Amino acid sequence: MTVRSLATAPPLGRAATPSPWRRFWRRNGAGYAMLSPWLIGFFGLTIGPALISLYLSFTNFDLLQAPNWIGGANYVRMFTADAKFLQSLRVTFFFVLFSVPLKLIFALAIALLLNRGIKGLPLYRAVFYLPSLLGASVAVAVLWRELFAGDGLVNRLLALVGIVGPSWISNPRYSLWTLILLSVWQFGSPMIIFLAGLRQIPRDVYEAAAIDGAGRTRLFWSITLPLLTPVVFFNAVIQTIDAFKSFTPAFIISGGTGNPINSTLFYTLYLYQEAFGFFRMGYASALAWILLIIIAVFTGISFLSSRYWVHYDE
Amino acid sequence: MTSDALTGPDHHAIQARKLARRRVLSIVSHVVLIAASIGMLYPLLWMLSAAFRPENEIFSATSLLPSSVSLDAFLRGWKGLQVSFATFFANSFVISILSVIGNLGACSITAYAFARLQFAGRRFWFALMLGTLMLPYQVTLIPQYVMFLHLGWVNTFLPLVVPKFLAADSFFIFLMVQFFRGIPRELDEAALIDGCSRFQIYWRIMLPLSVPVLVTAGIFTFIFTWDDFFAPLIYLNDMQQYTVTLGLRTFVDSSAESDWGGLFAMSSLSLVPIFLIFLFFQRLLIEGIATSGMKR
Repeated sequence: MTVRSLATAPPLGRAATPSPWRRFWRRNGAGYAMLSPWLIGFFGLTIGPALISLYLSFTNFDLLQAPNWIGGANYVRMFTADAKFLQSLRVTFFFVLFSVPLKLIFALAIALLLNRGIKGLPLYRAVFYLPSLLGASVAVAVLWRELFAGDGLVNRLLALVGIVGPSWISNPRYSLWTLILLSVWQFGSPMIIFLAGLRQIPRDVYEAAAIDGAGRTRLFWSITLPLLTPVVFFNAVIQTIDAFKSFTPAFIISGGTGNPINSTLFYTLYLYQEAFGFFRMGYASALAWILLIIIAVFTGISFLSSRYWVHYDE
Repeated sequence: MTSDALTGPDHHAIQARKLARRRVLSIVSHVVLIAASIGMLYPLLWMLSAAFRPENEIFSATSLLPSSVSLDAFLRGWKGLQVSFATFFANSFVISILSVIGNLGACSITAYAFARLQFAGRRFWFALMLGTLMLPYQVTLIPQYVMFLHLGWVNTFLPLVVPKFLAADSFFIFLMVQFFRGIPRELDEAALIDGCSRFQIYWRIMLPLSVPVLVTAGIFTFIFTWDDFFAPLIYLNDMQQYTVTLGLRTFVDSSAESDWGGLFAMSSLSLVPIFLIFLFFQRLLIEGIATSGMKR
């Protein structure tokens, strides 16, 4: 409130030409005053820490003693002498590679079904959206742990039809798949974005194509999908970044270990173990920067490739 | 669609066949959708029913209806750890409410400055703000932890709440800037001529006109904070400070094998606030996702 009155009131008893600092303040004071909480946060919580983290990634640091510069040794160790790091990369890429496309396919399929003027749309939409709203919680991860345990609900259901299921979460062949399934189960929010995108496609395009004799399949491949590519692109980028950062389900389901035999050792879980289990803060910082690079490279490739497959309105 | 009006004498038959096909398709769609809905909700409903079931039934039951309803599991779960879940729920509420207040206040004033004020370097700061949208939190995690450790904030709510008062989540700033830009500028200009200060314009004109975006940002902040597991895991060590998510995790690791009923009762209870938001604000949630790509 006082910012502007200060800035506009003529300085009492001062010379007619104000100092440049004063002039700057008069023009920009209100803006910077209102921006100040964010600026403090930006330097103190974002850029400052990010740069310090970059520095720490070249050091050995255990919180107790001052960081000790070791050059690129953390990065060298990662790629040459750390099987667990490579395993966590494999697990994370596998998770991203399967969970994201499956989730998007489900989201699109259900959105297409719902977009045909179906009765009860709001109810269906709410039902499909609910898991995506609740799914990131610890409660649902806890539930998943029971569902896919050896004597869990899934196996009891399978037993009804005479199948003896394995203990899904403690078998390294299936454990990661239970996490992929948990992620796919949360297809609700991309579905809502697809629905909004489908509604943007003008009806007359379909009518024109139908008059020209295009069938349902043809309509989908030649009209719906091309016109929806910006939405597909958006969903794919958002979901992929999110999948790279996924932490809670793997932590809860494996009890923080990433087991059985590191089959659910997500990258973020490994980073957490290094930082807060072993207090190798320098090494964990290097892991964080590699994660940033992976996400940046992935996003860059997506944007570059989008030129060839995403149709934007002229 | 209408082309068959011209197809001659048997167009009635064609019309009828088309109608029949459409009806079959519609029935098939409903069957598929209902089956999918049941599949989607079954685990959640099963958890809820397990919470009300007698303990000995949990490991044999596949149906959703318990043979008899009991609240035992809730009572056991509530006191299942050394510290009662009442404390965890109170902590989660305090942290979530403070986060909502901080996030709305700090993000809206920042967004107002970006959307409406003219000052040197505005574009530069705005671009930097957008740049941090993509930054994974792991990159700032360790220095932040070291800083909070030196400030003596570890094992308090401060590391979870203070960043919200400094508008650390730039996504919400971006969301509000978009909304503020849609408010006619004539309103602030008129107020400026009437002698309102910049802050008064923000407080008396922009905020009252921005209720939809503020509510949307508020409910998403609440949900994200309520669900947050990582930050409490790192910063809260004393069980008296635990949030519900940490309480559940401790429950799983300590006594889950013996008391699934209590665990499911507490898990179900932890979802109640989010479910209530879903019931009352569903339209805003769905719009928030459809228009801004909010993550959930």
